[in-house]
Amino acid sequence: MANVSIRELNKKYDNGFHAVKDVSLEIRDKEFLVLVGPSGCGKTTTLRMVAGLEEITSGEIRIGDQVVNELPPMDRNIAMVFQNYALYPHKTVFDNMAFGLQMRGYAKEEIAKRVREAAEILGIEPLLARKPRQLSGGQRQRVAVGRAIVRHPQVFLFDEPLSNLDAKLRVQMRVELKRLHERLETTAIYVTHDQVEAMTLGDRVVVMKDGRVQQVGEPLELYGSPANRFVAGFIGSPAMNFVDVAISAAGDALWAEAQGLRVRVPTELAERVRPNAGKRLTLGVRPEALRLANGGDPAEYTFGSAVDVIEPLGNEILLNFRAGGVPMVARVDPGVRLKAHEAVRFALDPDRLHFFDAKTETAL
Amino acid sequence: MLIERKWKKWVYFYLPMAAFILFTLFPFYWMAVTAFRPDPELYRTWRQPSATPLWTLEPTLEHVKGLLQTTAFPQWLWNTMAIAIVSTAISLICGMFAGYALARLKFRGSEFLGTAIFITYLVPQTLLFIPLADIIRDMQLGNTPWALMLTYPTILIPFCTWLLMGYFKTIPKELEECARIDGATRFGAMVRIIFPVAVPGILSAGIFAFTLSWNEFIYALVFMASAEQKTVPVGVVSELIRGDIFFWGQLMAGALLGSVPVALVYSFFVEYYVTGLTGSVKG
Repeated sequence: MANVSIRELNKKYDNGFHAVKDVSLEIRDKEFLVLVGPSGCGKTTTLRMVAGLEEITSGEIRIGDQVVNELPPMDRNIAMVFQNYALYPHKTVFDNMAFGLQMRGYAKEEIAKRVREAAEILGIEPLLARKPRQLSGGQRQRVAVGRAIVRHPQVFLFDEPLSNLDAKLRVQMRVELKRLHERLETTAIYVTHDQVEAMTLGDRVVVMKDGRVQQVGEPLELYGSPANRFVAGFIGSPAMNFVDVAISAAGDALWAEAQGLRVRVPTELAERVRPNAGKRLTLGVRPEALRLANGGDPAEYTFGSAVDVIEPLGNEILLNFRAGGVPMVARVDPGVRLKAHEAVRFALDPDRLHFFDAKTETAL
Repeated sequence: MLIERKWKKWVYFYLPMAAFILFTLFPFYWMAVTAFRPDPELYRTWRQPSATPLWTLEPTLEHVKGLLQTTAFPQWLWNTMAIAIVSTAISLICGMFAGYALARLKFRGSEFLGTAIFITYLVPQTLLFIPLADIIRDMQLGNTPWALMLTYPTILIPFCTWLLMGYFKTIPKELEECARIDGATRFGAMVRIIFPVAVPGILSAGIFAFTLSWNEFIYALVFMASAEQKTVPVGVVSELIRGDIFFWGQLMAGALLGSVPVALVYSFFVEYYVTGLTGSVKG
């Protein structure tokens, strides 16, 4: 068990591509940390540097108290699960799981005991004599996880381990991984491009973009108070709606205006928005912060539009419409009955509005 | 509709296929028939009413016996076998390491080196034997098996390297990364994981190298002088054609016996061989 500490980590490839820029992270003992971001954001490179598979250009990685920058992968006491599972095709499941222990010179009985334990946890005991090509995708995934846990490593590294599974299996394995982590209580770093996986698995989530950390926080913290427009748009599905608005002051009140849209800036945000009076900002509204207006809603938080596409999903309905010159989505109660192109009024939840600087894109 | 398809399949598939098989197998058949044909049948004209050019009614083993008893053929067979095995082994070992290095290690000039090795493969043997003969003479290896065991790898190593480099590239690099995390060194991961996984590729490279050295003619002709040091392809041609007399029966018997080991090797490993040339590895 160990904490992992990453300081000012940089990776520059020979072709000049700067994949990871000044990444600093403190991963606590037994924590499940998820790195998430679009492809090419440097999350996998960061993970591979922790594993020792990629050279570090500058910066420092510590596992426990030890600086591991120069240590080969075998001496870092880590285990990694790869996206394509990377099972050894010529070895049986048992030998796949035993390989790491054999390399470290464990006694035969100890190896058999540990493999059986891990197989039991993962429910793959009947498969121990098979070769990887005789296994389904889900079974291979389990073997790959089993191979990681037999070694009792200090840190687990997961590189998009669920991406090759079909949607249903992915949800199931997600839950199993979470359960497994609670049982094993081992520090884990998990890379994914899927924000749902990140939110459900992570004790904390790191959002990355273009090699830089955008925000680190607990899942609900990222969701509720995103640090910038990128995080706000990346976390949550459907994504947050963004409207360019002009800020104007009228007496005490501040107003955010766009075409067909006039919203009063809530008092809690007024302090931070006021210096931008007369300028343009980006207003962010999550689809679930929008609903159909009823008669009692205050006029400064409602606006009119016409729904063009209705997507009934069963547990909720997504309404697509245009407001402020951009397409927007609202997530409403499944009981709502509407026809396409019907004129409606929407109400905004004033407590769940976000304002972002138009240039720097940071949250106000 | 169905009937139409059936005749189309015959015309476009079975007939051309049959013609192709006939065309490729006929020389082998001719070789076999001639090897077992008695001399009187061999040396009479085709115009005779009793001539049966496509088969024989009195098969005989006299040519095979003559070949094994009166010529150095058994020695040639042994020479060829030993030379082919040693040169294949040398080439495979070098090819495996070089192929792995070119496929996996990033070092300065690795691409140039890969191309350079390929270019050496393109230099024709008919040119290369001249400088090689000089070297062989300087090292006083002429007329010893080592002359061939050490010169065959000059063609075989580039070939094995390229074939294996291509095969190693199809093996997911995560396999060895995982092995290195599991506690293997880079070398250990290569030997314990990559080589076993690459067995189909290694076998096809080996079979190819073995066949090439088994059939090689020019170097064997130039570097080997005495009759008992010769290999099958050279021995058969140089010792069984005396002046302008062709000992057809023994020639064909020699060719037949000489091709049997190669055919055996192929038929044993044909499945590996096909996956080695066409297939890839799934993790």
